[in-house]
Order: sequence, then C-alpha cells, then structure tokens
Amino acid sequence: MAMTLRDIINKLLRRQPASASTARERLQLVLAHDRSDLSTELLDQMRKEILEVVAKYVEIDVDEGAVSLETEDRMTALVANLPIKRTMTGQIQLKEPKNQSEVDSPETEGTDQKS
Amino acid sequence: MATDTRVILICSGKGGVGKTTLTANLGISLARQGLTTAVLDADFGLRNLDLLLGLENRIVYTAQEVLEEECRLDQALVKHKQESNLSLLPAGNPRMLDWLKPDDMKRIVDMLKEQFNYVLIDCPAGVEDGFKNAMAASQEAIVVTNPEVSAVRDADRVIGLLNTNSIKPVQLVLNRVRPKMMANQEMLSIDDVTDILALPLLGLVLEDEQVIVSTNRGEPLTLNSVNSPAAKCYLNIAKRLQGEDIPLIDPAEEISGFGAKFRRLMQTKIF
Repeated sequence: MAMTLRDIINKLLRRQPASASTARERLQLVLAHDRSDLSTELLDQMRKEILEVVAKYVEIDVDEGAVSLETEDRMTALVANLPIKRTMTGQIQLKEPKNQSEVDSPETEGTDQKS
Repeated sequence: MATDTRVILICSGKGGVGKTTLTANLGISLARQGLTTAVLDADFGLRNLDLLLGLENRIVYTAQEVLEEECRLDQALVKHKQESNLSLLPAGNPRMLDWLKPDDMKRIVDMLKEQFNYVLIDCPAGVEDGFKNAMAASQEAIVVTNPEVSAVRDADRVIGLLNTNSIKPVQLVLNRVRPKMMANQEMLSIDDVTDILALPLLGLVLEDEQVIVSTNRGEPLTLNSVNSPAAKCYLNIAKRLQGEDIPLIDPAEEISGFGAKFRRLMQTKIF
C-alpha cells in the first residue's frame, strides 16, 4: 500500500487518514464483489469449504486463514492466505505424508477465478 | 459521403457526471476542426442535449419520424447555428417511451454514417434498455466518470457490459477534477481511477464554474469561451480523438499560489 508524507504525518498526529485512501480501499473491495457476482454468504461458505479441504492434508491455523477476492487490471482473483503450522524440525506438518510436495510454502495461494 | 465514420458512445452509468456536456463540447470541437459531426441524443425520455446546444426551439422531427418515414433524415437533423459542421438528432419524442429497439438505433446510425465523419451518441444513464439500445449502434465508447466512489463504481459496471459486447476501444474521461482536493488527498487521484478501471485515459476535465454559465446560455464552452479551464480540456480531448499527441494536464500544476509547493511535497510517496 503506497504511503505519502501526508499519510505519515496524519498517522503520527493520530488524525483520520485523508479520505482518498479510504475511498480507494472501499472501492476496491466493493468492485471485487460487483465483478464476481458472489454474495458475502456464498463467499463465506466457500471459505469454510476451502479450509476444510486444505485441513484434510495439512494442519492450518484456522483463525489466521483468510480467503478473499482481490482485483487488479480488471482481473479478479480468489486469494487464500492459509498459514500452515510447522513441526519442531521446521517441516510442514503433513497429515497424509505423500503427494503433497507442492504445498511447501506457507505463503499465499492464488487462483484465477474470473476475469 | 464519409467513409470511415467513427461512431462513439458516450456513457457513464451514473447520471449527472457530465455525459451530455462532454457530447456537446466534443461535437463543437470536432466540427471546428472541419469534421462533420452528428450528435445523437439517445436519451429520448429525458433529453437535454438540445438545451446545452441552444437548439431546443428548433427541433421539429426526431429519429422516430425518420424511421417511420414521416420525414427525411435531413429534415430531422438540426444544424447548429454557428457551427454548420455540427448537427443534432434527437432519437425520439419524450412522450413516446419504449418505442425504440436496438435495431432502430442501428438503422438510424447507419443513415448518419452516410454523411458524417463522427457520430457521437449521448447515452442515457443506467444500464437498462436505453443504454443497450445506444450500445447496439456503437463501435467504440468513451466512459465518463468523476473521482467519486459512486461514479467509479457505476463506470466499472458499464465497462464490464461494453467489454462483453466487444465495444472497442473504450477510453476514459475523468470529469470534474478538483486539483486542490486531489493535492490534499481528499479526492481519488487520476492514478487511483485509471488503476481501478484499467482503461486508457483519453483526458481529464477540470471542475469549472463556467460550465454552468454556458449551459444557462445554451452555448457550449468550446464555442465562445475557449480559454476557460474546462474548454481547454474538451479541446484537448477532441484533438486526441483525432490522433494528435497532446500531453495530459497535471492537476498539481493547476494550483497556483503559496500552498501549491507545500501540497506537492505532502503528496510525495514515501513507500
């Protein structure tokens, strides 16, 4: 997120941020939903099911997990950020120890969903 | 007879963002460049283009009568008093709602293409039948928006519909730009809007009180007040449509006086 000198001064003085950044963030969110025709309930349900599926294979931190729609250049992507719990040795905890080698990063999984 | 007529839809989704004012001023500017231009008011329920051009008392027939063969096209076209290259054609009579179909708009635009270099279609607000009629007859589009959340959201909806209907190119005009508010970051910036809508920017138009004065008189700014800030913007847009490489104005440069430098400093991106 880009920050300007004014944003920093506002933050230091604990003033409300200038309204343009609020407008930008609200627009990005509302447009991601407008463009995908997905209701909040459907998105919630999808999030739950995705977490369930992933939880079958790796141990994830359910409270930290986030599934959201993000938009860039008129492309809307379904972005899931699911922190995977690690074992003591730093290895990812695999519940079923095969064919899961591609899940080797606790980073964001992005899936193109709709343009 | 014109060969490569450009048929441009001027639309916005939201009402009141400046479609009709842009249509009137582009019409005048293109006509001034020697290009024969027809402006078609597709908003026949609530037509206003006649009023902005000062031609409201000269409308006798509309496209409806032409299609019903009650009159010839040249009888329905209202030629502008000062700019003879510009003609207005209202699509219909406000009393005859729900009459036109997409095919009717296509037929009337095909007739206009015979004799004009440019056909500018002033689209009604909304995304319903009026918009769909106007879109059916168009090849390319200009989406007008303001740096405000509601206008940008509606523009996004319209752009989606234009894309699915293979209208291209689709270009953006950002209207009613207030440089001071942008500098204070209390208004969406040019980059914010172009990033969100992902459209090439054909031009921006500065907020200008003279626009209201010009509509009071029924004389578009580009006709008689060519030095007003908005008029310059409209002229630039017309030139860019014609392929001229005119640089965009920088709103920050438009602020004069003591605070200007300070405001620019405050806009510096830190990270």
